[in-house]
Amino acid sequence: MIRLLALLLTVATGFTLAPPVSAQEDRARIGNGNTVLELRSTTDVAIIRPALEAFVEQNPQLSIEYEQWGSNALYADSLAACAGEEPSADAVFSSAVHQMVALVNGACARDYQSEATLNLPSARRWRNQLWGVTEEPAVIIYNSALLAEENVPRTRFALLDLMRNTPLSLAGRIATYDIESSGLGYLFAYNDSLEATTFGAMLEGFARTQAVATCCSAEIIGAVSEGRFLLAYNVLGSYVANAAPADVGVILPEDYTLFLTRGYMIPRQARQPQAAGRLLDFLLSTQGQTILRRAGLIYAQDPEETALLPSARRAIALAPPLLVALDRSKSAQFRTLWRTAFAAIALP
Amino acid sequence: MAERIAIHPQGRSLLTRVLRAVIVLLLVGGVLAAATSWFSGRQAARESYDRLLLGAASDIAESIRIQNGEAMVDLPVSAFQLLAQAPDDRVSYAVRGPDETLITGFDDAPKAPTERPRITGPRFFDATMQGEEARFVEITRRFAERDFSGEVRVTVGQTLRARDAMTTQLMLEAVLPMGLAGIALLVASVLTIRSAMRPLEAIADDLATRDPYDLTPMPTENVPREVAVILEAMNRFMARLDRQFDAMRNLISDSAHQLRTPVAAIRVQAETALDAEDDTCRDAALDRLVRRTRSLGTLLDQMLSRALVIHRNDSAPRQRLDLREVALDIVDSRDHEAIAPGVEVGLVIGEDAVEVLADAFSLTEAGRNLLSNALKHGAPPVRIGADRDGGMARLWVEDAGPGLPPELDGRLGERFRRSTASREDSAGIGLSIVTAVAEAFDGRIEARRSADGFRISLVLPAAEPET
Repeated sequence: MIRLLALLLTVATGFTLAPPVSAQEDRARIGNGNTVLELRSTTDVAIIRPALEAFVEQNPQLSIEYEQWGSNALYADSLAACAGEEPSADAVFSSAVHQMVALVNGACARDYQSEATLNLPSARRWRNQLWGVTEEPAVIIYNSALLAEENVPRTRFALLDLMRNTPLSLAGRIATYDIESSGLGYLFAYNDSLEATTFGAMLEGFARTQAVATCCSAEIIGAVSEGRFLLAYNVLGSYVANAAPADVGVILPEDYTLFLTRGYMIPRQARQPQAAGRLLDFLLSTQGQTILRRAGLIYAQDPEETALLPSARRAIALAPPLLVALDRSKSAQFRTLWRTAFAAIALP
Repeated sequence: MAERIAIHPQGRSLLTRVLRAVIVLLLVGGVLAAATSWFSGRQAARESYDRLLLGAASDIAESIRIQNGEAMVDLPVSAFQLLAQAPDDRVSYAVRGPDETLITGFDDAPKAPTERPRITGPRFFDATMQGEEARFVEITRRFAERDFSGEVRVTVGQTLRARDAMTTQLMLEAVLPMGLAGIALLVASVLTIRSAMRPLEAIADDLATRDPYDLTPMPTENVPREVAVILEAMNRFMARLDRQFDAMRNLISDSAHQLRTPVAAIRVQAETALDAEDDTCRDAALDRLVRRTRSLGTLLDQMLSRALVIHRNDSAPRQRLDLREVALDIVDSRDHEAIAPGVEVGLVIGEDAVEVLADAFSLTEAGRNLLSNALKHGAPPVRIGADRDGGMARLWVEDAGPGLPPELDGRLGERFRRSTASREDSAGIGLSIVTAVAEAFDGRIEARRSADGFRISLVLPAAEPET
């Protein structure tokens, strides 16, 4: 049944084939302990490595087998593991939290409780089975060398005006995640559609400027830095902070900024649940959070630093309403809408 | 020296019994109340969360559109925000078309049981969701469009954590005050019983330290009514015991006193007979010895009879008696022929009953003693009779003699009345029996002299005639 569901959802998310068995993009072994904790994640190894190294230093008996996956592939793998068809990871850590909520809703997760998890705000925890470890904004980035300071859009309205007023100079030079291939891109776009009526106008603007929907944070950030793209919308702020590219400016839209919290879950079939719980407690500890903040995975809370009103923060809560994002009818309609806007645009 | 009597507690104390009863009551009541409040709490939780489910399902049903001959669902987030009111519960939903095809949602969402007759309203049912118990609702929306006609069914379900939590909370809210009230009741009953038991403890202490020969009444002030009943009964018992003791002491001292002289006399006569030098003297001594011995026998009879009368006065129940029958019995027994052969006794009784409440044996003994006194010390003709005078009933004996010495009149009723010079078969003991009977039945003795002779009466309160 879950297998069938996985297939349906995979089809719905745009794949025509079941994910290849070795869908991970990268892997790493951290630590030398005898007990191996298998962690599957969507986070780049380079970004999370300092936190994991600090953890195995404190727990020398453990080592971490780290696998980096694409979010959709990781979701399909987790569903298969939940149905008992694939060996399960000991912990899953994904930015596509709607998929994580669906996994927990499908009874694929295991309970865990500690002081650290109970202290999380309710938007960052669901059922003692899913926890939000990070806080990362969805930002607009631009090439600061090419875009004049007075043209930099601080809000979505400014971006809309920009797209309306100078469609020709922007043609093909605005990028955003391709929601078909990126679970995270879909999640941001979907939340935009819930958050404000500007979403329709944004799609229209993207269509008018022949915006590019592409995959992968690193490529988008690199292209903006090199000037191939003038501007990219809904890029995950933490990746920008880590890449620290030249000539890239970051905007937290002042009308509202989405904040993503990466979801951490211990699968039901995990073989090392205690170790997985320990890693979770470490990531939520002061030390873990400090390392994550340094890695850019937790955005500074200080309003003076971020120049963002607290009321403009929109956290994506880990809760059942996220299930709607994965509803096949809903996502089909949403993708149709998206596809119409980005019709016949290919990577330059 | 007061002897401390060890108290061996037999069975459980009253406190333990009452406490046990209260605890059993509380436990049974508590279990019942908990069960009741659990049931009603579960009912309340079910109703409120069923409403959420129904709201979510209606939201979803509302969002169904027909487009190009197909049913489309624009799944509303509000439906899931409603469901998120049960924040920790997992969710399942499905929208199915007329031919049971899944339009959207989870294919494993259960369908409502179909064996029930088709009802149009929402159908709630229990099922499982990935092995966990869950509650579902199914609603049906009918379409009759040009290009789509049929029923679309929306099923929404949720696990039961929030319901269970609400049930538990409601139950605790109901049971907790009851538990506190129960504890208060327990404490109150302990205190009440302790304070109610304090007089009993005081009584127990009093009894334990009391001299075994001390039969004075125990104080009955400031004790609970229930305990006072026991105390009064005990006081009555002790008073009776006291009288019995007195009677026993009197009997012993009377016997000693009265027997000493006749026995000494018998010994003297016997010695005289032994020492007699001729047959005439011996015969005379033996004759006196026989008379003395007979007289001693009579005395013993009287003393025993008196002891018996006094004993019965305290122990025999009172009966309704006719004094005429008592007088008749005395005459019929013809005892007087032994005492005074040849003397005729006249019986004087009327038509009407002369009824009293008393003991037949005691009254007969009293009457017989009066009669024998008259026969021994008075002069014929002797008459016995009973009559009623207003509220009083009398049993009287009359003779033609002078009667008792007038100086004794005022001392009638004293226990011991024999002048040292009197003979063994004197009236003393007989009168003291009559006095004891009169006292026991709230009566008195009356003596009256007239030209015809002397009349002595036992006067008792008359019993009201039976209706």
